[in-house]
Amino acid sequence: MRITVDMNLCESHGQCVFAAPDIFSFDEEDYLVYEPAQPDELFAAAEKAAGSCPVRAISVQRDAS
Amino acid sequence: MSRDLREVVVVGASLAGLRAAGALRDAGYDGRLTLVGEEVHLPYDRPPLSKALRVDDLPLPDDGLRAEWRLGRRAVGLDSRRRVLTLDDGHTLRYDGLVITTGAAARGWPDPHVTLPAGVFTLRGKDDTEALREALGAARSVVVVGAGFLGGEVAAAARALGLEVTLVEAAGQPLERAVGERVGAYIGRLHQEAGITLRTGRTVTAFHGGERLTGVTLSDGTGIAADVAVLALGAVPATGWLEGSGLWLDDGVRCDAALRALRTDGSPVGSVVAAGDVVRWPHPLADGEPVALGHWTNAVDQAVVAAGTLLAPERPLPFDGLPSFWSDLHGVKIRSVGLPGLADEVRVIELDLPGRTLEACYLRKGRLVGALTVNRVRRLAGYRAQLRADLSAGLPAGLSAGPSAGLPAERSPLTGDAVPALP
Ligand SMILES: Cc1cc2nc3c(=O)[nH]c(=O)nc-3n(C[C@H](O)[C@H](O)[C@H](O)COP(=O)(O)OP(=O)(O)OC[C@H]3O[C@@H](n4cnc5c(N)ncnc54)[C@H](O)[C@@H]3O)c2cc1C
Ligand code: SF4
Repeated sequence: MRITVDMNLCESHGQCVFAAPDIFSFDEEDYLVYEPAQPDELFAAAEKAAGSCPVRAISVQRDAS
Repeated sequence: MSRDLREVVVVGASLAGLRAAGALRDAGYDGRLTLVGEEVHLPYDRPPLSKALRVDDLPLPDDGLRAEWRLGRRAVGLDSRRRVLTLDDGHTLRYDGLVITTGAAARGWPDPHVTLPAGVFTLRGKDDTEALREALGAARSVVVVGAGFLGGEVAAAARALGLEVTLVEAAGQPLERAVGERVGAYIGRLHQEAGITLRTGRTVTAFHGGERLTGVTLSDGTGIAADVAVLALGAVPATGWLEGSGLWLDDGVRCDAALRALRTDGSPVGSVVAAGDVVRWPHPLADGEPVALGHWTNAVDQAVVAAGTLLAPERPLPFDGLPSFWSDLHGVKIRSVGLPGLADEVRVIELDLPGRTLEACYLRKGRLVGALTVNRVRRLAGYRAQLRADLSAGLPAGLSAGPSAGLPAERSPLTGDAVPALP
C-alpha cells in the first residue's frame, strides 16, 4: 500500500502518530516523517490514521495487484 | 451482529452523527439508516469556523452512506420505551437503534432579562460564522467575552483582520481552569503581543446601543466602545428535546462506559447510544467521574464505539479513547492530550515565549492525567503513550472486574488493546 500526506495541509496535529505509530512519527523539528511504501498488514492502521487526521491530509491506496 | 436491527436513526447530522453512520455501514449494517439534522447543511467541520472564520464541508463517503437525510428537521421528542422519535413537523420515526449525536449549542447571555442589541454574536455553526464575518467586515472594534479556546481564536482572527480587539475574561488568566495559571498567562501574553487588549478578572455587566451595539461596560466600571461583541461563554449540551424521554439528563446525556444511554435509575437503555459533545460519561482518567468533552477527536472516537455497541449489544465494549485537543492562536499550535483540566498539579517543563515553545504536564493525585505543548508535538506523543499505557494497565474498577471478568477479552475497535466486555 502507498501512503501520501499532503504536507501543505498537515498541521502537525499528531493524530496519525497516535493512531499508527508504526507508520508515522515526528522529527526533532516537529515535522511529520513517514515512509510512503508500507506493507498491506498496516492498511487498517493507515485507514484509521487517515480518518483521525483533522485536516484530512492523509490518503491511502492499496497496491494494484 | 444483532439480527433485529433493521431501522437505525441518527439524531444530529454533524461530525459524530456522520462518523457513527459511517461506522455502522463499515461494520456491515445493511438496514435502513436515517440522519435527522436541525441544520439545513450537510455535515461540515467546526474547528475552522473560529480559526480562519472559514467553512469546510465534511466529505461524505462515495456511496453517500445509503442514508435518508432529514435536514432542516429537529427532533422534538423521544419515547424510549416505545422507540419512537417525534420531529418538529409532527412526523414520527420508529427505530430499533437510536444514535444521539445532537452535540451542544453556544451558551447565551446568562441574564434573560437583558436585551442584546444587534451586533452581539455567538458562534457554533456555519451560519453564525457567516453572519459574524460579515459584521466584522464593517466593524472597527470588537469585544470578545470569554477567553477560552473559542474566544481566544475569535479574538485572534478578528485581530488578524486588523480590528481593534478587547478580550474580557472573568478569571485571572485566559483558560486558567483548563490549563493552569502559568500556561494561561503564556497564552495571555500571546494575545497581548498580537495587539489584543486583555482585560482579566472582569466581566461584562452591560451592553449599550439601541438597535446596534456601541459598547459595553465592565464590572470595574470602565466602558469599551465596540461595534461587535462575541459571546464565547462555553457550550450547553443539546438535550432539551430529550426532556420526558426517560433518559438520564445531567448536563448531557448520561452514558455508561460503552456509550449506552442510561435511564434515571442508572440502567442502560439497550437500543440507544450517544456520541460526541452531547455525552457525559465516566472517563477512566477522571477516576470514573462523568465528564463531557467538546473535542473533535472525542466525537470521532466515540462515534465508532457507539456504533459498535449498537451493533453488538450482547458484547458492549468500553470506550477507551484518550482525549486530545488542539487550538491555533496567532500562528502558534497548541496541542493537548488527556484531561489537563482535572489536574491538581501542573509541572511546566519548558516555557519559552519568544521561542514559541511550551511543555507542561498535568497530574492528579500524583498521576499523569494530561499534557499540553506548543510546537512540541513530538513530546506530546510521548505523554500520550504513557497515558495509554497507564490506562491499559489499570482499567478502572467496574470495567476489569465484575460479572464480565470471566469472559474472554475482546479487542477495542479504537485502540486494538484487549478490553473486557461490560456486563
Ligand atoms: C467554533 C468551534 C471551533 C472548534 N474548534 C475545535 C478545535 O480546534 N479542536 C477541537 O478538538 N474541537 C473543536 N471544536 C469542537 C468540535 O467541533 C466538536 O467537538 C464537534 O463538533 C462535536 O461534534 P458533534 O457531532 O458531537 O456535535 P455538533 O458538531 O455540535 O453537532 C450536533 C448537530 O446536531 C444538531 N442538532 C441539535 N439538536 C438537534 C435536534 N433536536 N434534532 C436534530 N438535530 C439536532 C445540531 O444542529 C448540530 O448540527 C470546535 C467547536 C466550535 C463550535
Ligand atoms: S494527523 Fe494529519 S495534520 Fe496531524 S500530523 Fe498527521 S497528517 Fe499531519
